[in-house]
Amino acid sequence: MFEDFFKVVTKRFNGGDDYKPPMFKCPRCQGLSPLSRYEELHRVCPACNYHGRLSAQERIAITVDKESFREFDGGMKSSNPIDFPEYEEKQEELRERTGLNDAVITGTATIKGSPCVVGVMDSRYMMASMGSVVGEKIARAFEYAAANKLPVIMFTASGGARMQEGIVSLMQMAKTSGAVKLHSDQGGLYITVLTDPTTGGVTASFASLGDIIIAEPKILIGFAGRRVIENTIRQRLPDDFQLAEFMFEKGFIDMIVERRKMRSVLSHLLKLHGYDKRGAEQ
Amino acid sequence: MSENKTAWERIQLVHNTGRPTINDYLPLVFTDYYEMHGDRLYGDDKAIIGAVGRLDGRPVTIIAQVKGRDINENKACNFAMPHPEGYRKALRLARQAEKFHRPVICFIDTPGAFCGIAAEERGMGEAIAKNIAEFMTLRTPIISIVLGEAGSGGALALGVCDELAMLENAQYSVLSPRGFASILWKDASREQEASEIMRITAEDMVRLGVAETIIEEPLGGAHNDLDKISENIKEYLSQVIPEKCQKDIDELLKERYTKFRKIGAFIE
Repeated sequence: MFEDFFKVVTKRFNGGDDYKPPMFKCPRCQGLSPLSRYEELHRVCPACNYHGRLSAQERIAITVDKESFREFDGGMKSSNPIDFPEYEEKQEELRERTGLNDAVITGTATIKGSPCVVGVMDSRYMMASMGSVVGEKIARAFEYAAANKLPVIMFTASGGARMQEGIVSLMQMAKTSGAVKLHSDQGGLYITVLTDPTTGGVTASFASLGDIIIAEPKILIGFAGRRVIENTIRQRLPDDFQLAEFMFEKGFIDMIVERRKMRSVLSHLLKLHGYDKRGAEQ
Repeated sequence: MSENKTAWERIQLVHNTGRPTINDYLPLVFTDYYEMHGDRLYGDDKAIIGAVGRLDGRPVTIIAQVKGRDINENKACNFAMPHPEGYRKALRLARQAEKFHRPVICFIDTPGAFCGIAAEERGMGEAIAKNIAEFMTLRTPIISIVLGEAGSGGALALGVCDELAMLENAQYSVLSPRGFASILWKDASREQEASEIMRITAEDMVRLGVAETIIEEPLGGAHNDLDKISENIKEYLSQVIPEKCQKDIDELLKERYTKFRKIGAFIE
C-alpha cells in the first residue's frame, strides 16, 4: 500500500502520464492554464484576462443578492413558426443538457439592495440566438420595468437571429427595441453588459441601446461575423478586431469592467440613478 | 397577375432581370423631389438616398436603398449595401419629416448592410439598432415597401413602419438563402433548398404578420412594364398615406408598437 502511494507521488513528481490536471486553453491568447484556476477566477483567463462564458444560472449567482432572484416566464418555450425540420427535437435535447427552456433568463432581483429587472443570455442554448421566446421575454421584462419604474440590466450574448425561425426571428429585433424605447421614454435606466460573444441581430437591437454600455474584457462584439468580413474583403483581420477594447476605442462602449468588480460597479450605477433600497421613489 | 412562382424562381427574377430600381420609380411616382445628402456626422452613403418631394401634391420624405442598373451604378451604390452613415442619414431625414409633419415612405431593396471593417468601426450595430428604436416612436406615419430583396437587419432598419407592402415577387429574409445554407448545413450550394424552407415570399410575409399588402406586378415581373408597376405603387401609396395621416398620431404609434409586439410563436 505504501509502495503504491510512493509510485503515485513519484509519477506526479516526474510528470508521469497518468496524472494530467484538466487544462483550459484560452481562445484569445491560446495560453494553457489549469482549469481549476480558470474556474476559481469565475472563468477568467489567468494569462490574458479574457472573460470566458458563464451559464445564465452562474451569472445570476455572482451578480444579484442571494435568494433575491424571481424569474419571469420560466416555462415559456418556442413553437415552430416556419415548421423548420428538427427544430423541436434539437431544443428538447438542449433543454435537457442546459436546464434552460430557451436562451435567456429574465426576472427581478436586488443588487446590494437596489431593485432591478435582470436579463441574462446563455450561449450554450443555440448560441443564444434570438427567436420568439428571447424576443418575448425581453420585451416583457422591459414592459414590466416600465410599469414598475425599475431599471433594467441586460447581460447580452448572442450569435444573432435564430435562423430556424426565419423572418419571425428578425422581427424580434423590432419587438425588443420597441420595448427598450418605451422603457427609456418613461425615464427608466437601462444598463447593457456585453459578454462573450455579442453579435448580429442582438448587437443591432437591444444590446446597443443601453443608457450605459459596459463590456467585459477581451470579449467579442460585432455586427457582422469575422469570417463573413474576411470573405468579403479577402484579407485576414487583425487579432484585436471586434474585441471589447477595439469597440471601446471606437466609442461604442462606456467602460470595460472586470467580472470581479461588476456587482459593485452595477450597484453604484443603480444608486447614482436613484435606485436605492427604497426603489426609485425620490 | 398572380402566378404562383416558387421562392427560388422569384429570387432569379429579382436578380437576373432588368428589375426596376428606385431611380426608375422616383420620377413616375413623385413630383418636385429634391435629393438630400449626408448624415452630418461622417459622410454621404450612396447606398441609401433621401429626398423630399410630393405624392399627389402632398409633401413627403422618401428614403430608399439604391440598386444599380449596371455595374457602374452598382459600384457607386455599393450594390445597395449601406454603411452606418446611410442609416444615420435615413434617421436624420426621418426626424426632419417628423418636424415638418411629412409622412415617411421607405423603399427597401438590399441584400443586407455592408459587412466590412469600416462598417464595424463606425458602429453598424448601433446605427441599425437606433433606427429601429427611433422609427418605432417617430411621430409621423411611416410606410415601407420592399421592391426586390430585403435582407436582414439592414432591411429592418428601414422597415419599422405602420404598414409594410411587398411587391409581388419581392423577398424578405433573416439572411440570404446562401448564407443560411452555409451556416446551417455548411454547404452554400444548397441555397435553392434553403430558399424554399425559409418562408421568404410576399405571401409568407402576409401570413406571418410581417407585411399587410402585396402590390401586384405585371405579367412576368416588374421589369416587363415599368409604367404599370409604378402606377400600382402610386395607387397603393395614394390610398394608404392619406388614411394614415388622418389617424390620431398616438393611436397610430400604439398600433405600430403592437404590429411588431405580436409577432412571435411560443407556448407557455
